[in-house]
Amino acid sequence: MSDQIEAVEDFRLRARAWLAENMPKLDPDKEYNTNRVADREWVEHRELQKKLFAGGFAGLCFPKEYGGQGLTPAHQAAFTEESLPYEMPLRLNIPSLGICSGMLLDMGSEEQKQKYLRGAISGEIILCQFLSEPSGGSDLAGLLTRAQRDGDTYVINGQKTWSTFAYAADYATCLVRTDWDAPKHRGLSMIIVPVHDAATHLNRVRMVDGSDEFCEEFFTDLVVPAENLVGTENDGWTVGQRQLFYERQAVGGGSPYVSGRAPSRGNAAGLSIESLAREVGKDQDPAVRELVGWTHAQDVVNHQLIKRITVGMASGEYPAMASSMMRLAHAEIPQAKVDVMFEIAGDAAVTSLPEGDGYLRSVGVAVLMRQGASLGGGSSEMSRNMISERVLMMPREYAADRDVPFREVRRGR
Amino acid sequence: MDLELTEDQKLFRNTTVKFLETEAPVEKVRELNKAGEGFPAEFWAQGAELGWAALLVPEELGGGSISGNGFQDLAIVAEEFGRLVSPGPLLPVNTVIAGLVDGAASGADHSEAIEGLMSGEVIGSWAAYEPNGHWEPLSPSTTAAKNGGNYVITGVKDRVEVGDVANVVLVTARTDEGVALFLVPTDADGVTVEPVESLDFVRHYATIRFDGVTVPAEAKVGTEATTANIVERMFQVATVLQTAEMCGAIDRVFEFTVQWAFDRYSFGRPLASYQALKHRFSDMRTWLECCMATTDEAVKAVNNRAENAGRLASIAKAYVGTKAIVIIQDCVQMHGGLGVTWEHDCHLYLRRTMVDRQLFGTPADHKRRIADLIGL
Repeated sequence: MSDQIEAVEDFRLRARAWLAENMPKLDPDKEYNTNRVADREWVEHRELQKKLFAGGFAGLCFPKEYGGQGLTPAHQAAFTEESLPYEMPLRLNIPSLGICSGMLLDMGSEEQKQKYLRGAISGEIILCQFLSEPSGGSDLAGLLTRAQRDGDTYVINGQKTWSTFAYAADYATCLVRTDWDAPKHRGLSMIIVPVHDAATHLNRVRMVDGSDEFCEEFFTDLVVPAENLVGTENDGWTVGQRQLFYERQAVGGGSPYVSGRAPSRGNAAGLSIESLAREVGKDQDPAVRELVGWTHAQDVVNHQLIKRITVGMASGEYPAMASSMMRLAHAEIPQAKVDVMFEIAGDAAVTSLPEGDGYLRSVGVAVLMRQGASLGGGSSEMSRNMISERVLMMPREYAADRDVPFREVRRGR
Repeated sequence: MDLELTEDQKLFRNTTVKFLETEAPVEKVRELNKAGEGFPAEFWAQGAELGWAALLVPEELGGGSISGNGFQDLAIVAEEFGRLVSPGPLLPVNTVIAGLVDGAASGADHSEAIEGLMSGEVIGSWAAYEPNGHWEPLSPSTTAAKNGGNYVITGVKDRVEVGDVANVVLVTARTDEGVALFLVPTDADGVTVEPVESLDFVRHYATIRFDGVTVPAEAKVGTEATTANIVERMFQVATVLQTAEMCGAIDRVFEFTVQWAFDRYSFGRPLASYQALKHRFSDMRTWLECCMATTDEAVKAVNNRAENAGRLASIAKAYVGTKAIVIIQDCVQMHGGLGVTWEHDCHLYLRRTMVDRQLFGTPADHKRRIADLIGL
């Protein structure tokens, strides 16, 4: 490389000055990072991303030829630290930049990268994933949505679900079946599709905490140009696995492509465990102090784990599937925290308070949604399979659909 | 193991491993236990030649490390000690050295004592616990009364590691001006040593009585004003060495248990093929990685005397102390009945880990300390 990369500390100072000059400060009266996204956030975050792009601070770890800055994860980490006092386009991090853009960088054609990757980095386009289907959660490769080649187009029919933020996105990377005679992994293709199309019906899925950021989509003869195929036809599993790698990395907190960090929140309500202990008057109770200390320790360990595994994967010491350990810890540790908060909140966690802003009740709501952490982005059970089979190299689980033409694989009703 | 060791550190690690595997393999540890011995003096002297007691000593006193990061190198040795449940006063000697080095900045010079400890000829230990007491190093009931140019020390300390063979002990005692540390030779008049057994196979402890033991004023390490800082440094060194040692122990136990899962067949299949067991191995592998990760960060912070070193040390001790035993017990379970036999090595590691977990603050003590440190 002929370009000299700017020293991280020089970059940090330049970023600090630029942020102060250009980005809006966090407003103490405004709510951020709630589990419900306000419609205005999508407008604001696109604008913020455009600002970052214009200032040369968007897509720091993406190559310059696609609108990025060609810098290192250390630069990104420094930028994120500097960005904490400011509003950042956090909603574009996952899935658009951290997952879909990462995959496109590795697997997309030059034209696709120029259009979609550059579009995502510059704030013009938001990407999402069409992966899961209602017929199977963990068995992703058993998907049933079909794409039929018709001249220069593909015609898509089927149904997707659990597509995060799809309602606010412009394009989706959609994994479909293109060959029913091949075994399940060998008949898939990844195709970029528009989200908003007359042939696509989109619903939002309401969760137990009241959020509705997940969507489901029904395709009836959705027609897309054949050039939207990512990689080669029937090699979609390779492309999909790349995308899943970025998903594990991003959901686990180790993505170099996400920028900024949400103002910390102990739970859905933005309440830290320390302030919860004070609020219920238990902060001097030694048993509660012990629980708080333990929870703090685990939070810190979770971050230390991400750092260590990222180093291990970068140096080649660890296989890519080591990211499943981050994924597993990133479910278990927050769940333990939710449990501790529920314990500390005690009788105040299940009814709303006559005055105040209902903080404590939302601890209860976080308990309702507790299992989300070990379900979204692949269940913890799948992570455990990955760790045992791909890190510890233990024997693979028996699969009845291995090497069987997909149309002959038995399915539930 | 730290994933970012330098070439020098990797070499140092390999030398350490080779030496330990030759001089103190697990069979040797079993022999020592059978003979009721702690560690052979010559083994420790050889270890000292390899630099095991020099890593926290400043270069002007003849110490130092090749990497320039002495505590990181020391943690490498501690981890390898854990992997082989090695004998020897690695933790007590280096903890005392850490106290003497820091104490010299505000109090009397102790370079002679440091040189003795560094050579391996002198064995030292921190006498911080008192009978019926918990981990409260700054609240001793042992007293040091001023008598002209001397101090007269009276009190009882217990759970003193290698107290049965130590030549000097660092005693926390109350003076008229607060709490101070005193370096006391164990052959002084009025010192009585009573050996105490521990759960560990080779790690011996002692209860030490001080009945009006007279030491010169220069025996004081630092001053009453600096005691808290010196104690904090020693505390960090001791707890993070324990943590690194526990990491080595669980890493080794996990390694031979995974191997066992591949080798052991039941119902015509290896244990490693059962999903119910694979998932438990995955959990253990993840917690092991967490233990390594938090230890890495604590080691670096203590090495660099970072402002958050105390918090990171307590986080590591709380976390590893909590998880290590859970991991080893689950590994015992994976071995079936064999895992609870005297013949199998599991219990050697469990013993070492239990001792490391409970002393210098239990995980519960450290969890409450974290709450203090984050301002709750």
